[in-house]
Amino acid sequence: MSIDIEQFHSVFFEESQEHLDNMEQLLMALDVDVPDAEQLNSIFRAAHSIKGGSGIFGFDALGDVTHVMENLLDKARNGVFSMTVETVDLLLEIIDVLKQILEAYRDQSALPEQRINDAKARLEAALAIQQDPASPASETTASSSDDFGFFEHDETVAKSDDDDAFGFFESDVTDKHPPVDVSNNENDGFGFFETAENTDTPVQSVSDDFGFFDAGQKASAASSKAPQAKATVSPIKRDTAQKESSSIRVDTAKIDAMVNQVGELVITQSMLSLIGEQIEGALGEKLQTAISELQRNTREIQESAMSMRMLPINMTFNRFPRVVRDLSSKLNKQVTLKIEGGATEIDKCMIEKLVDPLTHLVRNSIDHGIEMPEVREQSGKAIGGTVVLRAEQKGGSIVISIIDDGAGLSRQRILAKAAENGLSVSEDMPDSDVWQLIFEPGFSTAAEVTDVSGRGVGMDVVRRNIEALGGRIDIESIAGNGSAFHIHLPLTLAIVDGISVSIGEQIFVVPLANIIESIQPTEAQLKRLGNDTLLYIRDQYWPLIAIHELMDVDDAITDPTQGIVVLLESGKQQFGIQVDSLLGQQQVVIKSLEQHYRKVPGISGATIMGDGKVAMILDADAIANQCRPDYQEEMQA
Amino acid sequence: MNAAEQTHLQTQQEFLSFVLGQEQYALEITAVKEIRGYEPVTKIANAPDFIKGVLNLRGDIVPIIDLRIKFNIGTPVYNEFTIVIMLNVLNRIVGIVVDGVSDVIRLNDDEIRPPPEFGVAFDSRYLQGLASVEEEMVILVNIESLISSSELGLFDSHNQAGDL
Repeated sequence: MSIDIEQFHSVFFEESQEHLDNMEQLLMALDVDVPDAEQLNSIFRAAHSIKGGSGIFGFDALGDVTHVMENLLDKARNGVFSMTVETVDLLLEIIDVLKQILEAYRDQSALPEQRINDAKARLEAALAIQQDPASPASETTASSSDDFGFFEHDETVAKSDDDDAFGFFESDVTDKHPPVDVSNNENDGFGFFETAENTDTPVQSVSDDFGFFDAGQKASAASSKAPQAKATVSPIKRDTAQKESSSIRVDTAKIDAMVNQVGELVITQSMLSLIGEQIEGALGEKLQTAISELQRNTREIQESAMSMRMLPINMTFNRFPRVVRDLSSKLNKQVTLKIEGGATEIDKCMIEKLVDPLTHLVRNSIDHGIEMPEVREQSGKAIGGTVVLRAEQKGGSIVISIIDDGAGLSRQRILAKAAENGLSVSEDMPDSDVWQLIFEPGFSTAAEVTDVSGRGVGMDVVRRNIEALGGRIDIESIAGNGSAFHIHLPLTLAIVDGISVSIGEQIFVVPLANIIESIQPTEAQLKRLGNDTLLYIRDQYWPLIAIHELMDVDDAITDPTQGIVVLLESGKQQFGIQVDSLLGQQQVVIKSLEQHYRKVPGISGATIMGDGKVAMILDADAIANQCRPDYQEEMQA
Repeated sequence: MNAAEQTHLQTQQEFLSFVLGQEQYALEITAVKEIRGYEPVTKIANAPDFIKGVLNLRGDIVPIIDLRIKFNIGTPVYNEFTIVIMLNVLNRIVGIVVDGVSDVIRLNDDEIRPPPEFGVAFDSRYLQGLASVEEEMVILVNIESLISSSELGLFDSHNQAGDL
């Protein structure tokens, strides 16, 4: 039995984490002066769900803290407790504690007892402050809007609605009432309720409600309360009920397996097409039609399978309001965060891996970018700074931008720092090259090291993380106007757009993202330096790498003028690779070589071509690094 | 499962016997995924010559190694009779090229004798023992330790679980 329960632990942890994140976002969005009843309800529901789950699994510490939190939230949504900025801050801190507790349970490590007791004490203190001075009744009328005052009486009814058992019942309601409920706004709904039901319920029933609520919950939606709940609660609840039923939780491994199988299907289908072309006559024609039908279907299946891996980038963005809020208050700066394009979808693997680099960039923007209010005022800017977090899809890639209207990067400081760090720089470097210097290891231009950022360990890690995802970062900056960091990422890590090239008997795939252009060089464009070859195109020397040497391929074309040179760009490196010929552009499914073999230098993975053969995908970054030392020596020579 | 069956399982093992050069080898059949003919592979850059390359096994990119080259047994020829045994070792799939597959043999534990210290192409740590089947000597290969050995270098160093 104990094993059975443990199976559900991970689900509980995941769900609780989501609830906590959700609570955090809702709290951030809450307007303390005019709290939205539905928002408070949602926060309460999240706390309630966590409490319920903790009870079932015996996570007492989690249950205890959420219980007190739930008390407070319950009073808040009933209008008995008025939310203040301090309460929101307190609740945010409590959420942090809860996250810590959750982590402790998950890792089966020691619970942060001190913080737990502290959290409970602070919550209780916050509750006590507002409860003591007046009797519950007067408090109610004093602290809440009229509508909410009456709303509270409904709570004996409405609260039972939080019980899970009500889920199915709610959807019932939706079916019966939707048009009316949608058009009514909340207040009207409650107004109606107020006159009909609410004549002589004792106002002080707040605390009684609570006991009743617990009882009602155990009785799982006593039917006598149901009709009342229908009338009033449905317009608010309908949303959540639908949201809950519209998605299911699936193990990523299952999705990956499906994506793989669909990849197989695509290969089998293209094998069929090849055979189909060889069959002649009427039967052949029929076969061709059927195959092209199959082709379309498989492509659609592939697209659906891929889309299952995609999640809105809001999953990452949603944590930033909190980051910005905490940081700006810590630094005494006024910063508004604007999130744009949060619905843009991105591969699931990237969602998590983006958190660290984005957090770093956003923190940097606030810490180094946005100036102190006085400074902003002096330079004629709005006192509050703005940081924009934007995601958009551009062709086959996603561009995430972090834009601030702060001071911009300081060219002089960066150059000075670079010289100090022993990097070779010159005064007349173009801006874009100067900005890239901040990604060098150990680089920080902050005049002083704060505990927020400025240790210089970050930016090179940011760039490495982004490059590990197959992306790159561009910087734009104008002194005094602000700076913008643009992160270009591929849409997915599972497929890549590439050009297949032949080298000898072998086929390689070059990622399209790295390709600038391809040319057939003339003898005059080739310069030889020792053992290396440089290609002179458009006033620029490009190191030329013979892939057949690197990849140890026999019978390849050795004379560059007889083959094709593909010019590549990776990070800051630009170089050419020499191949025999270009075969065509296609989307390929990336397969891991490490799964059954090991990493191969210069190769990022493998793919299966239409004929079932394996082709290697070239890793432009690794190849670039290979040519780097020579390249720099030559540049200095 | 009763006690009698358990002892039965413990004492009897099934092996797939195969031919390399002139010698009969055998490996535990539980490690065998499938047996197929040799087909052209995609070469891997800068890999040792006994690693022939990789091929597509229903979506998995699987390395193919030729033990004949690695251990200097016989001459590596590739024709329609050349066989690849696909192995499933430590959650990985690896194909080995052999001159032929002969039979499935059942051996009791007491029929397996300790391996000789020399006289076999393989290092004795990759051997499980010797057995004689119908008057012929069969060399039992400990395929897991062989495939995961650093000598073959198929696995990155951090997951050479079977390497002793």
